[in-house]
Amino acid sequence: MALRRLIVTLAVIAPVLWLLAFGFQRDARHINSPLIAKQAAPFTVTLFDGGKLSLSDLRGKAVFLNFWASWCPPCRAEARDLEAAWQKVKDKNLVFLGIALQDTEKDSRAFLEEFKITYPNGRDESGKIGVDYGTWGIPESFFIDPQGRITYKHVGGIRAALVIAKLENAAKGIVSAQEGKGDFVPVR
Amino acid sequence: MTATIGHSSILLAFVIALAGSVIPILVPRDANERYLRFARWGILGQFILVFLAGSALVYGLVMTDFSIRYVVFNTTRATPIYYRITGLWGALEGSLLLWEWILIIFSGIVAWVYRDRHREMMPWVLMVLSIVSAFFLGVIAFVSNPFEIISPVPMDGRGLNPLLEDANMMSHPPLLYTGFVGLTVPYAFAMAALIVGKLDDAWIVTTRRWTITAWFFLTMGNLVGAYWSYHVLGWGGYWAWDPVENAAFMPWLPATAFLHSVQVQERRGMLKVWNLSLIIIAFGLTIFGTFLTRSGILSSIHAFSSGPVGIVFLCFLAFVLLCSFGLLAYRSDHLKGQPELDSMVSRESAFLLNNIVLVSALFTIFLGTIFPLLSEAVAGVQVSVGAPYFNSVTVPLFILLVFLMGVGPIIAWRKASWDNLKRNFLWPTAGTLILALGLFIWTVREFWPLLGFTMLAFVAFTILYDTALALRARRRIAGEGIVSGLITLARRNQRRYGGLVVHLGVVLIILGIAGSMTYSREREATLGLREHLTVGPYLIQFEGLRGKQQPTHYLVEGDFRVFKGTQEMGLLSPALKFFPAQQAPVGRAVYESSLSEDIYLILSGFSELDKNHATLKVLVRPLVIWMWIGGFIILLGTLVSILPFREKDRGSKMED
Repeated sequence: MALRRLIVTLAVIAPVLWLLAFGFQRDARHINSPLIAKQAAPFTVTLFDGGKLSLSDLRGKAVFLNFWASWCPPCRAEARDLEAAWQKVKDKNLVFLGIALQDTEKDSRAFLEEFKITYPNGRDESGKIGVDYGTWGIPESFFIDPQGRITYKHVGGIRAALVIAKLENAAKGIVSAQEGKGDFVPVR
Repeated sequence: MTATIGHSSILLAFVIALAGSVIPILVPRDANERYLRFARWGILGQFILVFLAGSALVYGLVMTDFSIRYVVFNTTRATPIYYRITGLWGALEGSLLLWEWILIIFSGIVAWVYRDRHREMMPWVLMVLSIVSAFFLGVIAFVSNPFEIISPVPMDGRGLNPLLEDANMMSHPPLLYTGFVGLTVPYAFAMAALIVGKLDDAWIVTTRRWTITAWFFLTMGNLVGAYWSYHVLGWGGYWAWDPVENAAFMPWLPATAFLHSVQVQERRGMLKVWNLSLIIIAFGLTIFGTFLTRSGILSSIHAFSSGPVGIVFLCFLAFVLLCSFGLLAYRSDHLKGQPELDSMVSRESAFLLNNIVLVSALFTIFLGTIFPLLSEAVAGVQVSVGAPYFNSVTVPLFILLVFLMGVGPIIAWRKASWDNLKRNFLWPTAGTLILALGLFIWTVREFWPLLGFTMLAFVAFTILYDTALALRARRRIAGEGIVSGLITLARRNQRRYGGLVVHLGVVLIILGIAGSMTYSREREATLGLREHLTVGPYLIQFEGLRGKQQPTHYLVEGDFRVFKGTQEMGLLSPALKFFPAQQAPVGRAVYESSLSEDIYLILSGFSELDKNHATLKVLVRPLVIWMWIGGFIILLGTLVSILPFREKDRGSKMED
């Protein structure tokens, strides 16, 4: 009788404990993006260089969209790589667009100057663009094909080679099955 | 130096606790007396050492000793002294030390108060307390050490998380931890009772005051947390069903059930297995709660940074559950032979239903909390479970609980006759129905709010009616007036009247929750200078922005003049605080309370200071203040319940 109770108790407790242990193997903050293969949300940014840029203006070209902030160390780590990648592809029909999230104008400009970024960058003032793209950890990079569909999302720092490879895929309209991951910090 | 003192004290205390955990199993039966003395000295030793370690950390914090890593990450030179002290529990390592500190104080009290009683059980009680203490000391000593040194010594610290720089930081964690740790004492006695085989109500009677006190602190800890959220966080809410909030609330449910259910065991010898299970679950949930907060397996705004500490806590949780339920299963044969329920309409069955409802609520909240894990483990699908689920499952259960609060204290034991029911419930029920009709006619048309308010009124009416009948009897017998009658009643039956007052407090809290959940209104707009926004009877006019430098942050306030109808209520200034170490500002909402509703202003954003544009969000939250009033009533009721009033002529049962 006592043994049966013991077994029943074990049968109830053990799965719960196993489930909690399972929790250690995953990152609670990681959220798979439902946006892959969907239309990229439209937006308009005011560029640091002046002027406005809408996503719809970039139809017909593959776009590398990168969310960053000056206070984010992995963004600093990837900045030079991104500029280098841009230098390689800027004569082709490809666009790089950086968007500063949760950042002040002064600090963003300082960041761009420090890393001598030449591709267009704007600031997400209201935070709406970040929300529309479901950014939860920066840097986050989205690859958009010429028809405006998101083909790949990479959370965290990204290397130049991957940028170019995924951008070429995007130009051809190839959607990646898996999300990519690198070093990141969560958004505030 | 400070760090060395602290760390070595902890290590030494750990060794002593370990000895205290193991020795009772090793000594022969008749050496109980020797062990008891050893155990008491052991607890005294731990007490002194933990006090030393705790004081060392507080000293380090107050003196901004930046050679200690913990101090660096939790204070700055500019932090005021009172926030330096609260830094003790501001982060993971220190909070574990606080937990252990409270635990050893309680262990000391147990060892002292019961030094001449319960000879058979005490060795095991002290052993269980030592095991828990050894665990926490072990974690503090080896896994997350608050006395870790940092080199080179930095010039200034990183500071307390700015959201924690609030007066409630001084009360909320200590209150909550006291509640959690308080449950360890009845648990230890329960385990001792199981080990020794003394499964009557001795362990329950002894720990009655501990249980009530622990329950009180748990309630207050949760309530102050809700108040803090409402008062500071600037979203106008007090509960978000966040995993860590749930983790603090979940032990409360079986603790409440336990508090009530033990009365049935004392009176009728029933529900023994329920009571033992409830206290095991309650204690287990306190460990689960700290595990959840520190493991990082569920994302939460409250979570401490994760580390290896999670795995250690999970192992301890497994150990606790397996040993406790194992013991219970082992003794299950001794727990048979209890009286049966005489009738479904009786106080026993009300208490049984009470247990079932509370455990059901616990189950649904637990399921909702770990569901993201479950879904990902089983189906690979990521979901998050939010307020809609929790609200929809808990509201019906809690309304049923309110109903039981009205019925339980009044209905007869064993079997309530029709006569008995009529006498006790006729007038309160009539009053309730009239009130319900009135509410319906006035404005409350939706089902759940109407049912909720009706049940709350039912409880209030039953309590008032029953008390009025008792007062009338006092007047007839002893010619006492209302006040002296109440005092006599409370003295003669502390438990009952303390409990009734606490129930009234709970009614008020639920009133506040029901009102604010159902009838809140909100509006948001961007206003230029002199522009205004209206919500219901309120008109809010923007009067300008002001910025000024504070010791630790830059403060931007928006001035808003609030009018209710034609009457001016004054100037309210919600603000945004900009901390140098943080990129996003921290909001400081302001609100004006009245008995009927709160008007709550949030400064969402603003233009450059000289352009004077502000985005304002206004919330009108009815009846919120009753939640805090209810809290004070609960305090009053708890005091009535546990303070030792002495009756000269009454040979009262020695309960402790």
